[in-house]
Amino acid sequence: MNWTDSLPLAVLMTSFLAATIIFMLPEQKHILRSTINLGAACIKIILIIFLIQAVLQQNYPEVRLEVLPGLDLILRADSLAILFAGLSSVLWLFTTLYAIGYLENSPNRSRFFGYFSLCVASTMGISLAGNLFTFLIFYELLTLSTYPLVVHRGNTASIKAGRTYLIYTLTGGVVLLLGVASLYALGGDIAFGDIERTAALVGTWPELMTIIFILLIAGLGVKAAIFPFHGWLPTAMVAPAPVSALLHAVAVVKAGAFGIVRVVYDIYGIELSWQQGLLYPIAIIASFTILYGSWRALQQIDIKKRLAFSTVSQVSYILLGISLFGPLGTIGGLVHLLHQGLMKVTLFFCAGNYAETLGIHKIHELDGVGQRMPFTSIAFTVGAMGMIGLPPVAGFISKWYLGMGALEANMGWVIFILIGSSLLNAAYFLPVLKRIWFNPQQGSWPHERVSNCRDAIPLLLIPALVTASLSIAAGLFASSILSPLGWAELITLREYLR
Amino acid sequence: MDTNLIFTLGGIGLCGLGLFGFIYHCHLLRRLIAFNLIGNGTFLIMVGFAQRGQGVTDHVIQALVLTGIVVAVSATALALVLIRRWFHLKGSTQLPEDDAS
Amino acid sequence: MNMILSPIPWLLVIPLAGAVLTMLIPLNWRSPASMFGLLTQLLASLLLGYQVSQYGTQIYAMADWQAPLGIALRADGLATLFILMSSLVATACALYAHLYLNLTKRGHFWPLLWFLWASLNGIWLAADTFNLYVGLELLTFAAVGLVAFASDERSLEASIRYLYAALLGSMAYLLGVALLYGAQGTLAMDSLAETWHWGPTNQVAITLILGGLLLKTAVFPMHTWLPPAHGGALTPVSALLSALVIKASFYILLRFWVEFEVYRHLPSLSQLLGVLGAGAIIWGGWMALKQTHLKMVVAYSTVAQIGYISLMFPLLTAENSEASLMAYHGGILMLLAHAFAKAGMFLAAGNLIYCTGKPDLASLAGMSRYRPLNIFAFGLAGVSLMGLPPSGGFNAKWLLLQSSFLSGQWWWIVVLLIGSLLSAAYIFRVFAYTYQETEATDSFRRPPITIELIALCLSVASILLGFLSIWPVNVVSLPGPFMEAMP
Repeated sequence: MNWTDSLPLAVLMTSFLAATIIFMLPEQKHILRSTINLGAACIKIILIIFLIQAVLQQNYPEVRLEVLPGLDLILRADSLAILFAGLSSVLWLFTTLYAIGYLENSPNRSRFFGYFSLCVASTMGISLAGNLFTFLIFYELLTLSTYPLVVHRGNTASIKAGRTYLIYTLTGGVVLLLGVASLYALGGDIAFGDIERTAALVGTWPELMTIIFILLIAGLGVKAAIFPFHGWLPTAMVAPAPVSALLHAVAVVKAGAFGIVRVVYDIYGIELSWQQGLLYPIAIIASFTILYGSWRALQQIDIKKRLAFSTVSQVSYILLGISLFGPLGTIGGLVHLLHQGLMKVTLFFCAGNYAETLGIHKIHELDGVGQRMPFTSIAFTVGAMGMIGLPPVAGFISKWYLGMGALEANMGWVIFILIGSSLLNAAYFLPVLKRIWFNPQQGSWPHERVSNCRDAIPLLLIPALVTASLSIAAGLFASSILSPLGWAELITLREYLR
Repeated sequence: MDTNLIFTLGGIGLCGLGLFGFIYHCHLLRRLIAFNLIGNGTFLIMVGFAQRGQGVTDHVIQALVLTGIVVAVSATALALVLIRRWFHLKGSTQLPEDDAS
Repeated sequence: MNMILSPIPWLLVIPLAGAVLTMLIPLNWRSPASMFGLLTQLLASLLLGYQVSQYGTQIYAMADWQAPLGIALRADGLATLFILMSSLVATACALYAHLYLNLTKRGHFWPLLWFLWASLNGIWLAADTFNLYVGLELLTFAAVGLVAFASDERSLEASIRYLYAALLGSMAYLLGVALLYGAQGTLAMDSLAETWHWGPTNQVAITLILGGLLLKTAVFPMHTWLPPAHGGALTPVSALLSALVIKASFYILLRFWVEFEVYRHLPSLSQLLGVLGAGAIIWGGWMALKQTHLKMVVAYSTVAQIGYISLMFPLLTAENSEASLMAYHGGILMLLAHAFAKAGMFLAAGNLIYCTGKPDLASLAGMSRYRPLNIFAFGLAGVSLMGLPPSGGFNAKWLLLQSSFLSGQWWWIVVLLIGSLLSAAYIFRVFAYTYQETEATDSFRRPPITIELIALCLSVASILLGFLSIWPVNVVSLPGPFMEAMP
């Protein structure tokens, strides 16, 4: 037993223990709570660095617990797990920082940060899960721990949004449970990566395995917000900005997308899925969702709603990448998992800054805000440019690889989807940028809260600037092994050489 | 027709009568008496089995019936206490019609 | 094994002595004496758990009187697990009651609790059908007494209904046992099983016994007595009743079902039980969704959960032994998870009612801000009841699902999944109320932190069971007559 073997458990426990302690803390101990939160986030990043080292040396730490006869709970750090865990741990740090600033002087912070940490713990569990059973456990735990965050404000709109969120995610969870349970009934405990077992099962029961595939993808698709299961995402926008950032960029939608990656690559195997014709329908649905999300985003006048539909569209890029058979498509999909996270979290931070500082919620209220809040607006511009796919922001890299992947997979039509989506993205982001930078200010701000400061308060501003810089850095230093692209290439290499 | 069968038939008759009363009556005391009838019917059936050995009685059964009677008496006592308290509280000898279920 | 070394007699003697003693000594001595009793019970059940897992099934003849006149006690894996379960849950409820009730009420609570505990242990350990009857009747008396304990109009009505239903059930059971004795001349479970033959007498007997037990377990549609009794009693009593008391008749039902191999000879009856279970899941869930009082929601949830547990009967088939074993494990795990989760939930609900002073859901507004720990306890218990992971309830549901797949009875899968959505609906409905922020003034009473922690401990136990399920599964699979009779 190597000491690195306990690392996955340690990564999970840092946020879980933080959650437990925060629940126990009295409401007014704000400084102690923030210290625990940030301390846990930093420790987690250090642990992840150790894990990265282990994985680079082809050593995959693993923890097992027998829960039922023949059924194990497995936490295992492979390269794909690190991709998602790394993203979540970095974004958690900045989102926590942001949330501390955002919720200053608001009630119920103990409850909020407790569930916030629990939510991150379940995201860690999702990324480190070593089989579908473990994945399912943390996937449902994520639903449970995000519900209190969605209804945090306690007004009628939040409670209604919480109900919509639950109806979607719990139904999705039941469908997923059905899929996982039937897969286990056919083949027993299948660890991620054990694709020979699945291949044998597909040989014996081809139709049944196709149905199970559909169940799994549909169950996961609810959280990944693929059309027509995307309805909860815009509704959940009533939650506080850090929660929206968390739901959109890191935890919930990514958990769904990540699950689909796992099912396609590590349960069915990419070649088998391709041979069985399971990938083509995903490509079509993903393409449709990309265009549909962008189209709906164009019609929104609320900033957060526009960003929400943008997420619906952007997450399907990941699915599109998965469904393109070939290394380049895979790289494009995986790298977008990270890039979209960085860019979208920036945009949500900025939207939160506008709302908190000047009370701006609608797009037409943004006129001339570039003069008033220049730094936030620069960060927003970076995020928006990344979404459109302009170099050197990271979004360009994802789109480039997706396009190449489409050609490699002989699915040239996907190029048109990408171009169309970029145009739509430009159509809904460029007017916003024009309003921010070039339109004159119209009257007074809707609700100006901070007047002594040039921009948002530092705790809100710094996370936005850092994530914006990260999304540029991910584009500029894409050739480094530790960049998102480098890591995605590493995963793809190991995936296709298996 | 041996004695065993007579006892059994008699017991079953008592049980049936008791069950009918238990379901039919609303008055709490009547239902309690009906319950006692069912109990007696059961004991009669059991005693009937004890006679099987032609003169030699089965003492296990007798022990059981005795225990059963003690239990039934205690049940009756408990029910009476509850009924009495109900009567003091509500002045009624039956339960309100069931509407909750 | 002699009297001193074996913990089995202590599991009966101490509660009985406790019942008598706490009735006689002055009010303010009753709690300390009972605390000592709780400790001995915990130790005795842990010791029994150790002995059974080490040396297998333990048989004990009371005062060395052998059968047929003596009272034989038998602790196999199943019985041991139930002993441990009832010790843990009853201890938690007893501590809660000690803190929750005032001195007089508390004083009267202890004799009834010990009486209840003695009869529960008697049932878990009984090796013959007549002892089971005596245990059932004593259990009824103690439970009815505890329901009537709240001494208001509603609880009195509920207790009378409960008493009548339970008496009818026990009489049917007794008649069945009498018929069995008439046909086979023995009352001991193992010799009955050895000489069992499916004559008409035995069929009538088993029907009577099953009918009586189903009524006492409150299996749909014979559940109408349960919600008012469990919802109307005092909080610690509700927890005891839902977590333990209904399990007693279910336990007997399971023993008869397997040890006399009823599943082999009456497969249509097992499907019927499954249908009743499905009805309970749907109807109980639906009714829970419609209740306006918090404790009634929890009480109807018990009706639904009994339905889940009954789903193990159609899955225990002679054809597929692997599926049967999974169903058996799943059912037991469900029962165990329900015991902890429901006790935790009732206690948490009681605390919430204590805070607001009103029993209805609408007055819970703002509670999740005021009492986050308590809501957390309620929520954790809810997770297990909904069958969401990670929890004992989820593992149980998982096993039942797998068993349905393996035995090809896909219709139970549909029932299980619809049931989980329904239970999620009624539990999150309660949650939504607690998150509401209304204009109403916050004039809440503050419960002592200790009673909140007791509720939390029980709920956490139901979650931990999700990680430790392998242990109870191994214990109930220990070899013994019960496991030999399994398909």
